[in-house]
Amino acid sequence: MIKRLRVDPIACAAHGLCADLLPDHIDLDEWGYPILADGRTGRPLGRDDQRDARAAVEACPTLALRIEATPR
Amino acid sequence: MNPTGTHPLADTVPRTDHTPQPTRARAATPSPSRLLAGWSAGGRADDLTTHRRRYGPLPHLTADELVDLVHAAGLRGRGGAGFPTSVKLRAVADRRRRPVVVANGCEGEPASCKDAALLDCAPHLVLDGIELVARTLGAESAILAIHDGPDGPGPRLRTLAAQRQGPVPVRVRGVPARYVASEETALVNFLSGGPATPTTSPPRPTDRGVGGAPTLVDNIETLAHIALIARNGAPWFRELGTPDLPGTLLVSIDGAVHTPGVVEVAAGTTVRAAIELCGGPSGHVQAVLSGGYGGAWLPATAIETPLTHTAMRAAGAALGVPTLLPLPSGACGLAHTARLVRFLADQSAGQCGPCLFGLPAVAADLAAIAAGSRDARHAHDRLRHRLDLVTGRGACALPDGAARLTRTALDVFSADLRDHLTGRPCLAAGAPMIFPLEFR
Repeated sequence: MIKRLRVDPIACAAHGLCADLLPDHIDLDEWGYPILADGRTGRPLGRDDQRDARAAVEACPTLALRIEATPR
Repeated sequence: MNPTGTHPLADTVPRTDHTPQPTRARAATPSPSRLLAGWSAGGRADDLTTHRRRYGPLPHLTADELVDLVHAAGLRGRGGAGFPTSVKLRAVADRRRRPVVVANGCEGEPASCKDAALLDCAPHLVLDGIELVARTLGAESAILAIHDGPDGPGPRLRTLAAQRQGPVPVRVRGVPARYVASEETALVNFLSGGPATPTTSPPRPTDRGVGGAPTLVDNIETLAHIALIARNGAPWFRELGTPDLPGTLLVSIDGAVHTPGVVEVAAGTTVRAAIELCGGPSGHVQAVLSGGYGGAWLPATAIETPLTHTAMRAAGAALGVPTLLPLPSGACGLAHTARLVRFLADQSAGQCGPCLFGLPAVAADLAAIAAGSRDARHAHDRLRHRLDLVTGRGACALPDGAARLTRTALDVFSADLRDHLTGRPCLAAGAPMIFPLEFR
């Protein structure tokens, strides 16, 4: 299974903690909303990134960030 | 009766001030009459008796037969996305829980009036499609969703639905007339008691929709086609259209044409031929806006493009909900696009940041370019960057549509763009909008 970050654009309120915790995966746009590799979905998370990614998911005040597992 | 098969909406649907009133059109190329057969023959909607005499009884099918038949017919949804209808039917038919069938008749595109025209001209064909699909899938309920409004078709449709005494009663529900309210998840949200705003998917409505039941949301034109396919078969349906997009399409045509209205054409008819059915262009056309306000500009050089999803995409445009709005050469395409994007920004449900903040920013950049302001060059650089920022980052496709409209405008009106960026005055930039900006 490949794991990727995914943002729920309705739940996201631009707190920006995710970009602080995962600067390699998440940028913020000019309005403070997270930019992932492919719109709402990030690029595959490496094994080393998964702990930080889980921390970012838990830190999101609006629970807008999640990790999605897909077959490919 | 109108010899071209154009539905003159002035009789029935309120029109905006800036659209010319339709006149009787000259007979042009004959266009097929499937959905609009009753109206074409009688000049008004068939009542239930005439309708049943014209089309014959609705056949009884099993769910598998229906899915196979619609698959063999190659029917694609007429709500804009062009998704294969049989796939959606199959998804709902395979669920254990009894589904809800929603007929989506609240077109969110101000430029589109084909669903209003269909409800006006062939209401019983739409109700046939709902009844057939609801009965065949064993639906727990069926809903016909239309635009709310004091002069809307609600009371008439409720009367017509009640006359039929079908096995699954059809409830007619009014939905707020907003751009995103008719988006599939927004509609499901509203019909489940929530606001008419899009929700994050998954879950898809076919998995969990109205009241938690698996829900089939189909455009009313799609359902009307199903009612005809069930009677006449898949080979008959494929006699018109292209292998990839069989059947006929209802196309709304407005802007610089002699007789704005709705025409039924075989899919694959060229943009030019469809416009000719509305009396032809009322002046020299520089570009055609296709697929509605979240659609795309098609340059006049591509006017021979066939009306199919693949051909329009290949031409850099979009079929979407088929609407064709020719822009006359005297109008400013950039100024028009700026107003359209401003309109789309105002229609945002305000739920997703990139849409809530991005669309007004894109509209302001476009307006600065259209006005030839001193900031125009910077606005253009910002705009290119912002178009990437708003694409693919909303729960629904509204920001994507606005970005596509803008990108194609920068492309198709590239000569104008150069003039605007170098401060050459544009006489047409302040001229009034020629496209409708109200829902009908």
